[in-house]
Amino acid sequence: MKDTIYKKILRRKNLVVGIIITLAVVFMAIFAPLMSPYHPIDDADLMVSDQPPSIEFLFGTDEQGRDILSRVIYGARVSLSIGLLSQAMNTVIGVVLGLLAGFMGKWWDDIIMGLTNIMLSIPSLVFALAIMALLGPGLINVFLALGFTNWAYTCRITRSQVLSSQELNFVKAAQALGYGKIRIMFTQILPNIVGPILVIGTLGVAGAILIEAGLSFLGLGTQPPTPSWGGMLATAREQLFTSPWISIFPGLAIFITVLGLNLLGDGWRDYMDPRISRQ
Amino acid sequence: MNHDDVLLNVRGLKTYFYTLDGIAKAVDGMSFYLDKGETLAIVGESGCGKSITALSIMGLVPQPAGKIVNGKIYLNNDDILEYPESKMQDIRGDKIAMIFQEPMTSLNPLMTVGSQISEMILRHRRVTKKESWERSVSMLEKVQIPSPGRRAKDYPHQLSGGMRQRVMIAIALSCNPQILIADEPTTALDVTIQAQILDLMLRLKQDYETSILMITHDLGVVAEVAQRIIVMYAGKIIEEGNVFSIFENPRHPYTKALLKSIPKFGNRTEHGREPLQEITGIVPNLYKLGSGCSFCPRCKEAMDICKIKDVGLTDLGNGHRVRCLLCKSKREE
Repeated sequence: MKDTIYKKILRRKNLVVGIIITLAVVFMAIFAPLMSPYHPIDDADLMVSDQPPSIEFLFGTDEQGRDILSRVIYGARVSLSIGLLSQAMNTVIGVVLGLLAGFMGKWWDDIIMGLTNIMLSIPSLVFALAIMALLGPGLINVFLALGFTNWAYTCRITRSQVLSSQELNFVKAAQALGYGKIRIMFTQILPNIVGPILVIGTLGVAGAILIEAGLSFLGLGTQPPTPSWGGMLATAREQLFTSPWISIFPGLAIFITVLGLNLLGDGWRDYMDPRISRQ
Repeated sequence: MNHDDVLLNVRGLKTYFYTLDGIAKAVDGMSFYLDKGETLAIVGESGCGKSITALSIMGLVPQPAGKIVNGKIYLNNDDILEYPESKMQDIRGDKIAMIFQEPMTSLNPLMTVGSQISEMILRHRRVTKKESWERSVSMLEKVQIPSPGRRAKDYPHQLSGGMRQRVMIAIALSCNPQILIADEPTTALDVTIQAQILDLMLRLKQDYETSILMITHDLGVVAEVAQRIIVMYAGKIIEEGNVFSIFENPRHPYTKALLKSIPKFGNRTEHGREPLQEITGIVPNLYKLGSGCSFCPRCKEAMDICKIKDVGLTDLGNGHRVRCLLCKSKREE
């Protein structure tokens, strides 16, 4: 039984690559102090500023002489924690609202779906910018801004899953057994829709990382000297042509992380969809 | 109908569906009763209102289109249509339980069968988790699932269709309901398993003193299990009586035609190869039921008056009732 699950996963190349990249980034974030050769902030040495990649500094140094490799490794902490926490918040909000809309129906459904459609019509970066402008820059505020802006997809998926699963025979059977709505919601429906919600969540983490990078690039997100990929890109902008390595490596980090998460989410979805997996 | 042991008494039940195409009278004035310990079968073609009758009793008519517009359903002399939803939830599963047609999809794929049974017991009985689990295992044993202790930890996909239907029966009977509504419980199973399941239901019915309301289109099943039969057509009772009088002496042209459409054992050796009788035409559109007998367009014995005159049930004595002018004309109004 277990053997076949492993084989099924291994057959999906994008899922495997996604899992490897994501695990690598998570590992990097957790063990940042052990992995980075220098301290990302304190080991600034103006004597070695703007150095190109070398044996000593694998990714080179920035204008303040800080090791870019170390800063990229530490930057994973900010990106991942913002991505995971804000997406967790989005998922909770989205699932609760989606369950309410799908299950209560009537005006609950109208109000919640109206709100969801409004949220979907505003680009989330713009909305996050507006919240940031209101709250002021800072890491906590980035988390809040992202946590409240990206729940609409989760809400929609949850609602539609609730509606379609109410037609399932075992849900009808549960009604015939005298189960109340809340019991059916938590024992019958919710466990059966966890899959799609997690897939959306994975893709959402990638999106949140991108928006965090965007906000930090605009100077609203993580504040210096805390290393974050978006912030590093922002300071590297002026030296794009003289010292390209300062911007290339954080950019690559964002690219690879988001790619990995998207591959993970997509692969997972394919893995769960029996129609695709038969091919 | 004045016995003392009437358990369920349905009076003039009308369940209509309000849709964009108009009003569909899915159940149109059903009146029947179910005695304690009795097996009553409701027979009819697809779409004649059998299942909706069952769902009406359960209080689970599909919302918002469906609505019970009239009638009373007495359970132990209490009108359960008057009950609020919360009280109906207590009754469902506890007093009236239901088995569905599709055993393959009627179980939650993510819960072990044992925990699905104990969930049911925990819902309706004040017992500890351990007690409910033990009871689940003993229920699985009662429905003749081999090594029930181990099987209780299995997920539905590890069981065959027949096994799953046994589990459904175990869930339905776990709270010892007074009435078991079985909505085509054997339709999705192959014939040998069908016989086993029916056998099991009848035995458990005696053990638990449960009444069974069997909904089916399979007359073979009916002959095997039921004491009384209700033949339904287009939302109405068309003939009602005990098994012997219906099978030996069907009065309504529809019932006669139904019985003729069953292949008979030995028929071919006696009379040679001849085509099976079929009922021509299709079930009437529930949106466009006119006055007059709804079977009239397909009826071989139809008279002109059948098209206009709405006919009531004629009592032929011995509990045998039939809705047909042919029988009515023989007795006076």
